[in-house]
Amino acid sequence: MNGTLKRASLACMLLFGLLMLNVNYVQVVQAEDLRADGRNKRNLYARYEVERGRITAGDKVLAESVENKDTSSKYRYLRRYPEGEIYAHITGFFAPEQATQIEGSHNRLLNGSHPDLLIRRGIDLLNSEASKGANVDLTIMPKAQEAAHKALSQSGKRGAVVALDPKTGAILAMVSLPTFDPNPLSKPDRSEVNEAYKAIEKRAGGPLLNRAINQSYAPGSTFKVVTAAAFLEDDESRGAQTQVSAPTVLKLPNTSVGLPNSGGAACGSGTVSLVYALEVSCNTPFGQIGMDLGYDALNEQTQKFGAGEDLEIPMSVSKSTIGKEEDKAAIAKTSIGQQSNQMTPMQMAMVAAGIANNGVVMKPYLVKEIADSEGTEIEKADPEEFTTAVTEETSRKLREMMVSVVNNGTAKLAQIPGVAVGGKTGTAETADGKPPHAWFISFAPAVNPEVAVAVIVESGGRAGNEASGGQTAAPVARAVMAAVLGK
Amino acid sequence: MNAVSEAPVLMPAKRRVAHLAMLAGAVGVVMLAYANVGLALNGSVPAGMLTYGLGLGGLVLIAYLVLAKFAPWADPLILPLVTLVNGLGLVIIYRIEEAGKEVGASAATQLFWTAIGIVMFSVTLIVLRDHRALQRLTYTAGAAGLALLIAPLLPLIGHEQFGARIWINIAGFTLQPAELAKLALAVFFAGYLVAKRDVLALAGKRLLFIDLPRARDLGPVLITWVISVGILVLQKDLGTSLLMFGAFVMMLYIATQRTSWVLIGLLLFVGGAFIAGQIFSHVGDRFNVWLDPSNSIYYEREFGGSYQLMQSLFGLGTGGILGTGLGQGSPEEIPLAFSDFIFAAAGEELGLTGLMALLLVYGLIVQRGLRTALAARDPFSKLLAGGLSFVLAWQIFIIVGGVTRLIPLTGLVTPFMSQGGSALLANWILIALLVRMSDSARRPPPQAIQDEGLTQVFQR
Repeated sequence: MNGTLKRASLACMLLFGLLMLNVNYVQVVQAEDLRADGRNKRNLYARYEVERGRITAGDKVLAESVENKDTSSKYRYLRRYPEGEIYAHITGFFAPEQATQIEGSHNRLLNGSHPDLLIRRGIDLLNSEASKGANVDLTIMPKAQEAAHKALSQSGKRGAVVALDPKTGAILAMVSLPTFDPNPLSKPDRSEVNEAYKAIEKRAGGPLLNRAINQSYAPGSTFKVVTAAAFLEDDESRGAQTQVSAPTVLKLPNTSVGLPNSGGAACGSGTVSLVYALEVSCNTPFGQIGMDLGYDALNEQTQKFGAGEDLEIPMSVSKSTIGKEEDKAAIAKTSIGQQSNQMTPMQMAMVAAGIANNGVVMKPYLVKEIADSEGTEIEKADPEEFTTAVTEETSRKLREMMVSVVNNGTAKLAQIPGVAVGGKTGTAETADGKPPHAWFISFAPAVNPEVAVAVIVESGGRAGNEASGGQTAAPVARAVMAAVLGK
Repeated sequence: MNAVSEAPVLMPAKRRVAHLAMLAGAVGVVMLAYANVGLALNGSVPAGMLTYGLGLGGLVLIAYLVLAKFAPWADPLILPLVTLVNGLGLVIIYRIEEAGKEVGASAATQLFWTAIGIVMFSVTLIVLRDHRALQRLTYTAGAAGLALLIAPLLPLIGHEQFGARIWINIAGFTLQPAELAKLALAVFFAGYLVAKRDVLALAGKRLLFIDLPRARDLGPVLITWVISVGILVLQKDLGTSLLMFGAFVMMLYIATQRTSWVLIGLLLFVGGAFIAGQIFSHVGDRFNVWLDPSNSIYYEREFGGSYQLMQSLFGLGTGGILGTGLGQGSPEEIPLAFSDFIFAAAGEELGLTGLMALLLVYGLIVQRGLRTALAARDPFSKLLAGGLSFVLAWQIFIIVGGVTRLIPLTGLVTPFMSQGGSALLANWILIALLVRMSDSARRPPPQAIQDEGLTQVFQR
């Protein structure tokens, strides 16, 4: 019987051998896939196991992880946003299956798994302390952000505000309305979050969309600044007092419909100075200038302000464009910010900032500094030039003209006592019968600028009234500028 | 029987000190694991560590003393190895109980049943001085085994749980009689085959390379097969069915040395399983789930789906090579992690390293059993020891292979680790039988002293 017993032993050895091979296969070869499987709840637990870093703006805490009071829960740290919806489009949210905006783009730094935090993790391991994530400090200026949120909310409309530091590109405020509360979206319970998400998604206006960087609009008359820039760049001898033809209705080639001024009004006596055309925001002179310069010159000038370039702040900014080349009549309309001309509020803030900063557009950025849990600096923002839009000379001329628009023209509501403010209003036609969007771009002070702003208030204007854009959007910009300047 | 005339396979030795040291080592490992769980979960050594540790240590010390008195020549490895897996099972059950998600997990109950198991181990060793007495009980054991198998189908005491009718309720206790039946049937198979093996082995004619048995000798195989399929169909218990039939076929092979029995057995089982798979949806489901468990069709199905298996695989994958560490994973995500899926729970927290070690320990227990069979001096002992060892190996293969997706999942107890009283009881008795047989196999035969003047009797 020993022969068969030995063979039975071999069979047993084979059984154990197969089991061992199989556990090796599952725990080594398949392990990565199994670990990453979305249905594996252990990922979710790991997500809430570390004390995630804070997101701050100055001394204001925008997002922080707090220990779960329910100690029996598998979720150790919970994410909360003390400021709620005011900063929602900047912080984003930290949901079980996704993290957005800064929470998403800086996830590995915030949760401590980034390679740059290797040394910190090593020290924590030696001291047998739990590793914490890095803290992210933003360029946002809470006073400006709150002022922007408050002023835009008061209009009761949807819209967006972007404020930049023209000299560095630091984003001082970025508001998009409607907004949402990130707190209910950052709970660990998947179904609870899904429900909250669906509820927010259902609300009118798309609260999850960050209009400041991911929605483009026809820029309307604010784009005349870009057209004027191209006009000045084209010939150095041109200036504010250069006379341009300004008919009541500009005849467009190959069409019987002409381009009128806003409300069909006349623009001076038919020939006006460039600065007057900008102050009153006549359409016909800029339509004519656009047609004279041609599509390429206008397109090139827009791109010099940064439109069409890849831009991450670190969130990706949608591209702005003046549209494809069409006929001459289309160029006339493009020159006054209509036709297929589509700009994001961020892009228009960059236009204002470039003009304020001697023609150099600084690259906008949101993260000022990243430091580990002990405060050691890991990364610090280094302002960099993004594009050169115009010469210093041209920027000076544009600044003067824009200050004149605020002092004498359509943008009187943006005035701040004791500060030279430059600005330009816009009223962008959307669809027939719907109220146009109100725009405003500005900077202050004119010399040694500290802030550049772009504001859009959706449906904030009245059709046929160029000044209406200024009336709605300019006070919002004024509030933001005043907050930055401490006035 | 040539084995009897062969020289003993190994030099027998009592190795009492080594035996005791290994037992202490096993208890030590368990206590460390216990402390590890407490430190990971609450940051402190659990208050009950001494109670559990000394409890387990005291119990195995009793077992050791009984063994030293009543089976002094027994294999010194078996008891420490079993203590180790039993203790680790306790720790993992404790850990899952602490996690609070599995209401059924109870380390205290398991410790209680471990105590009963060890008492039964001792009682078996004390009462059963000569295991060959069991040979006289061949048909009694057969009847008892059959009765135990059928018991869950009886109306009053039978009890269905988790979709399988394999439990009975007696005096407030829920028992799984199949575990005890496997012992009784192993005794029956051994006794029956020793009596009939000559006729089963020799009669018949040769066809091609295979010796075919006579048709009338097929009877016992067919009866066992019918009973196995009966269990499969009536109790929906794939595991026990596979365990019984596999054990019988292997013992038939060991007894008769005829490969044809294995082939006939395999054909019958595969045929039976195939037909069952076609007729009964739950059998077919198991197979489909095994082929493609991550498919959302099976994953999201409420009954008979792959959710549990996938949780097991997620745990194993998360554990990886080194594991998360005891108390630091989430094995409670795996439904029934304290019973059928305890091996997956171990795999998550102890990792591949831990599982390989556990499999080696189990492999060693089986190997010591088979070695006992080789060294045994009579055919009944050989067959019983070989059969019991194979039952152990085969049961581990079926359940571990099931939870790690080597083979389709069939519910069975992981010997000594899974929570469950009847299984602990049965397996401790199984070990007592192996210990008893290894004692008699390793006991030096009485030496005839011919010349007292010249021969020095030496015994270690």
